[in-house]
Amino acid sequence: MKQFLSFVRKEFFHIFRDTRTMLILLGMPIALIILFGFAITTEVKEVPIAVLDYSKDEATQKITDQLIASEYFKYHSSVNTYEEAQTLFKRNKVRMVVVFPPQFAGDLLKGSNPQIQLLADATDPNEATSLVNYANIIIRTYQQELMPAQNQTQPGQVQADVKLLYNPQMKGSYNFVPGVMGLILILICAMMTSVGIVKEKEMGTMEVLLVSPLKPIYIILAKAVPYLLLSMANVVSILLLSYFLLDVPINGSIILLLSISVIYALLSLSLGLLISTITETQQAAMLVSGVALMLPVMLLSGMIFPIENMPLILQGIANIVPAKWYILAIRDVMIKGLGWIDVWQEVSVLLLMIVVLVGLSVKRFKIRLE
Amino acid sequence: MKTLRFLLEKEFKQIRRDKFLPRMILFLPIMQLIVLPFAANFEMNNINLTLIDNDHSVYSTRLTEKITSSGYFTLTGVHARYDEALKQIENNSADLVLEIPANFERRITKEGTSHVLIAANTVNGTKGGLGSSYLSNIIQSFNSEITAGRITVQSASVPHIDVQSTNLFNPHMSYKNYMVPGIMVFLLTIVGGSLSALNIVSEKEKGTIEQINVTPVPKYIFLLSKLIPFWVIGFVLLTLGAIVAWAVYGLTPLGGFGVIYLFAAVYMIAFTGFGLTISSVSESQHQAMFTAFFFIIIFNLMGGLFTPISSMPEWAQKLTWLNPLSYFVEVIRMVYLKGSQFADLTKQFGAVCLFAVVFNAMAIISYRKSS
Repeated sequence: MKQFLSFVRKEFFHIFRDTRTMLILLGMPIALIILFGFAITTEVKEVPIAVLDYSKDEATQKITDQLIASEYFKYHSSVNTYEEAQTLFKRNKVRMVVVFPPQFAGDLLKGSNPQIQLLADATDPNEATSLVNYANIIIRTYQQELMPAQNQTQPGQVQADVKLLYNPQMKGSYNFVPGVMGLILILICAMMTSVGIVKEKEMGTMEVLLVSPLKPIYIILAKAVPYLLLSMANVVSILLLSYFLLDVPINGSIILLLSISVIYALLSLSLGLLISTITETQQAAMLVSGVALMLPVMLLSGMIFPIENMPLILQGIANIVPAKWYILAIRDVMIKGLGWIDVWQEVSVLLLMIVVLVGLSVKRFKIRLE
Repeated sequence: MKTLRFLLEKEFKQIRRDKFLPRMILFLPIMQLIVLPFAANFEMNNINLTLIDNDHSVYSTRLTEKITSSGYFTLTGVHARYDEALKQIENNSADLVLEIPANFERRITKEGTSHVLIAANTVNGTKGGLGSSYLSNIIQSFNSEITAGRITVQSASVPHIDVQSTNLFNPHMSYKNYMVPGIMVFLLTIVGGSLSALNIVSEKEKGTIEQINVTPVPKYIFLLSKLIPFWVIGFVLLTLGAIVAWAVYGLTPLGGFGVIYLFAAVYMIAFTGFGLTISSVSESQHQAMFTAFFFIIIFNLMGGLFTPISSMPEWAQKLTWLNPLSYFVEVIRMVYLKGSQFADLTKQFGAVCLFAVVFNAMAIISYRKSS
């Protein structure tokens, strides 16, 4: 035990001596939470639009004003031809052009249904859909203002009362906070352990460790302990920030939350261990744990994109991404306030993964030098 | 010049002799480009809906049919009580609950209006929000069906504006067309950035840098010999990416490859310079890697790759001006989907040239031959 503790101390020295890495490890989650909380949204806001107005009358002016007055659109310029509109699109200056036909107000008064054309830049299909929807709503409101009073309520209406569960203000942070935790923990634990072990191999100091009286398993464990503690510090700082700064509630039990995080951190550590047994150089270890982990964790865990939309094969692959299960469990506990019984499935998947990863790495871990 | 040639020979030999690295550099990004755009998908077509029908009338059945035939929703269950349906949401087997009250049909025919309740799981705000707005849209069109069936030409004199919308540049509204070029930039950045960040510092760790330092090789030649291999790797990656984009997704840049390669050439000089700067100020590979990853993650999230820059608050949009990735993501999408030409992209070209100069100047200044 005493030997083990002195090994742990050695690892801590390694970490604390490298102040910059320490700062980044502790600062990264904070930066991410702030970015996600305040900067990264998919809401449509103040999108620049241009107007191609062939009639330039009262009605078109009014509709333009109402579009611009809304929070969704911002006036960029007025164009005279389709070519000009095309140029604006090609330079990414505007996302939508509203086209009014000639004699718009006149046709409207005569009751001959004038047509407004919305040209939307659909490079980002989602944004385009929202833009067209918002413009539609604003134009419809204008049209209703024109209607005589008796026609206001139409018979045969079904009104939908929408109730938004768990996240009534539709804040993105409810979704992102568990996601960021899933990303940070796996990056820190897997990368740090894999690189830490491979570094000893590369520098030749692994030999020194292997000839010491301590069993190899303890050498590995001693490497894992500091990162486990470090990642717990991260979890706590993320939770504190999101609770006090982003007003994300913690509806479930904190102890449960922390224990799931410990399990997930252990899982990430064993993943790092496995990576260290299959790579020879630090560069390779970093590329595997960085390139191979980062994108799948960001994209296949449900952190940004919902898993249910993916093709079946990818939904299958997503099942072996540990972050998916962790994020599911954290969301259930943190946002929905569910307890042990509701997350046992996710937790047992995580535990199973640990067993498999540790088994594989023990099988591959060489205590002899080639 | 001759010195540079020998140094380059050394760098390429080192890359080639590494068993693992070349495979990693090429195989992983290509795999990711093939798989991931299918994942990066905001199109909703599989929203799980659970239904509580307390009316069991012609109208409620018609509404249900209309919803299930829309293609967006999958009916996962029919329940008698609200709390049973809520259970479905709790264990994630349903995203939305639709409750049709008793006397739904009678209310509509007698009083003209009736209410339904939509309860949406909005832990993922985008998904819940889109789901409930799709559902509301369907109910709207259900309304107009009823209205059309009951009253025919009552409102002929009311002025009516037709709104027609055209989706330019991406007529099938494919999210993949949007994501694939972006992911190409992402992969280029992460491979180029992390490799160059690790390069000089790994020589420091091995001690071989001292051998270079005692030679009369000037700083800029040494850095150039480090920069050029990554520049070449970047081109190989970009070309492979373009082939995958064409073969798997049928995407070719409308604006031609010339603009993209020209931009990539400058971009990679800029980003490699950034990586080399990190490399020469770091003491260990550990440190270099985490510094590089810190910036790469932030560049990615703030680069408009996954979420639009235009929806960020003002201050965050200003910050993206300092992000080289955001220019390339914008440019590659514009060239691929809109066919933008060099003349449309002068601002972005100017910015990335500036980055190239600044980052490489930083690399030359921060690299010291003596410690």
